[in-house]
Amino acid sequence: MERDSVKDQADSYVTEDGRTIGPTVMEMKNITLRFGGVEAIKDISFDIREGEIRAIIGPNGAGKSSMLNVISGFYVPQEGEVWYKGAQRPPMKPYQVAQQGIARTFQNIALFEGMSVLDNVMTGRLTQMKSGLLAQSLWKGKAEREEVENREIAEKVIDFLEIQAIRKTPVARLPYGLKKRVELARALAAEPTILLLDEPMAGMNVEEKEDMSRFILDVNDEFGTTIALIEHDMGVVMDLSDRVVVMDYGRKIGDGSPHDVRNNQEVIDAYLGVAHD
Amino acid sequence: MPEQLAFTIEVFMNGLMAGVLYALVALGFVLIYKASGIFNYAQGVMALFAALTLVGIMEGQVPFSHLINAILGTEVHHFGWHVPAFLAIVLTMVVMIVLAYCVQRFVFRYLVGQEPIILFMATIGLAYFLEGVGDLMWGSEIKTLDVGLPQGINVWIDEFTFEATGYGFFIDNLDIVASIVAAILVIGLVMFAQYTKQGRAMRAVADDHQAALSVGVSLNFIWILVWSLAGFVALVAGIMWGAKSGVQFSLSLIALKALPVLMLGGFTSIPGAIVGGLIIGVGEKLFEFLIGAPFLGGATENWFAYMLALVFLVFRPQGLFGEKIIERV
Repeated sequence: MERDSVKDQADSYVTEDGRTIGPTVMEMKNITLRFGGVEAIKDISFDIREGEIRAIIGPNGAGKSSMLNVISGFYVPQEGEVWYKGAQRPPMKPYQVAQQGIARTFQNIALFEGMSVLDNVMTGRLTQMKSGLLAQSLWKGKAEREEVENREIAEKVIDFLEIQAIRKTPVARLPYGLKKRVELARALAAEPTILLLDEPMAGMNVEEKEDMSRFILDVNDEFGTTIALIEHDMGVVMDLSDRVVVMDYGRKIGDGSPHDVRNNQEVIDAYLGVAHD
Repeated sequence: MPEQLAFTIEVFMNGLMAGVLYALVALGFVLIYKASGIFNYAQGVMALFAALTLVGIMEGQVPFSHLINAILGTEVHHFGWHVPAFLAIVLTMVVMIVLAYCVQRFVFRYLVGQEPIILFMATIGLAYFLEGVGDLMWGSEIKTLDVGLPQGINVWIDEFTFEATGYGFFIDNLDIVASIVAAILVIGLVMFAQYTKQGRAMRAVADDHQAALSVGVSLNFIWILVWSLAGFVALVAGIMWGAKSGVQFSLSLIALKALPVLMLGGFTSIPGAIVGGLIIGVGEKLFEFLIGAPFLGGATENWFAYMLALVFLVFRPQGLFGEKIIERV
């Protein structure tokens, strides 16, 4: 905890495992989000550093998903500032946030059910397509090169996540675990600066969870993608992440390395309950 | 070849041609329904409005002239110029795009996430509003639309079939043009949806709003785009209908024939709209010729399409090409 409180904006930072992570890429400052009279998030601040895996954990209803929705622009907080790449971000629509290089997945999977896996992954490239309308429909020159390029990246991601076998399958036919992986592939295809994962392991069995954990680590390792993820399964998070934010009832009750957080009395109380005498 | 058979074939051909026009209107319905889940009752009126605007611009009519004259006591009706057909079509398209923007900005932006029936009611309102505005802008008299499309019997087909079979087929040039235009339009739309960024974004929005947002697609932009496309299809349909039977307000009623077409073809399928249109067109003409006129006293064309749609609703509610309806428990 102590080491974390020393904020060193510009420099890199060495985690407990000896991994070096980069400078701050996103910072949330005193975020407060209300729904009517309910405060879903109360005055929370934390940062995300380049190349790290940052987890946001907490019991059900702690406000984790709300936090992720603030980052991705689906919710606009009443108070507080979002800083991204060294500049304050004005209130934005979700599609504008996506265009800025923040990709996400959803807790309840939001895929294009009618399209094939490949088409789904290709939609991840939409923000990267530049050539004109006419050129695209005629498929000539620059547009063709671009299409080929985008296709290559999509295929690379598909290979990487080991879903080649189902490339042409309509998504609606896939089982739950694979859908989660396709959603990850689509987000990854955008080559995002920050990848937001909303409960990537929710509803999975042990084997699927292990697979997903491996993919998340590999993505971070191979592409150097900064990942912020939400999970309520403590065990999984501790193995995966470099730094952890703990939320409870909309407040931040802990922030630091997995080891620090695990030994934080407030966190233990939140998860296991406190004896009231 | 016996006279009767040759005549039947001719009726069949004419049915195909009529079907193309139904299909054109149905196509506009499918576009909007696919991308936004809105069943646009106003599609027929949009075709009428587009045709009215086109004629008005071509003839240099002063829009809202009756209103202006009534208020100011003036007598203006025409600017006194004639706009060439091509330019007028481009200008009309601009009007349709402005209309698309307004529809999204002032109506449907406030209805996002509402029940389909509410969206449908809004389009009924839009239909009557647009009909009224069309009347007010350009007047309600029947107008002839001549954008220079070839009309009248195709002599070449007439002579060729006369030599081959001893019976000359009567096929209208305009119908042939309409078929070619429809084919180009469909191919264009399919290419657009499959290969362009905007087309891909359109399909994404049609499938899942939240997911579309998360890959950087602006829903508002796509909806305006889709309404503009539907406006374009309406314009093409308006030109064809207008050239065939004059620009008149009954056009919006004829457009209702697109409903049975959609029930046949499925609400979400572009090829379905075309095939459905052709089946209805051929079906009603052949039925009238073979059964209606000789045995039922004629005038079956008015109800045949709806009857066929009813039969389809009983046996295949999703249409020929519609997505299969699966309810999981």
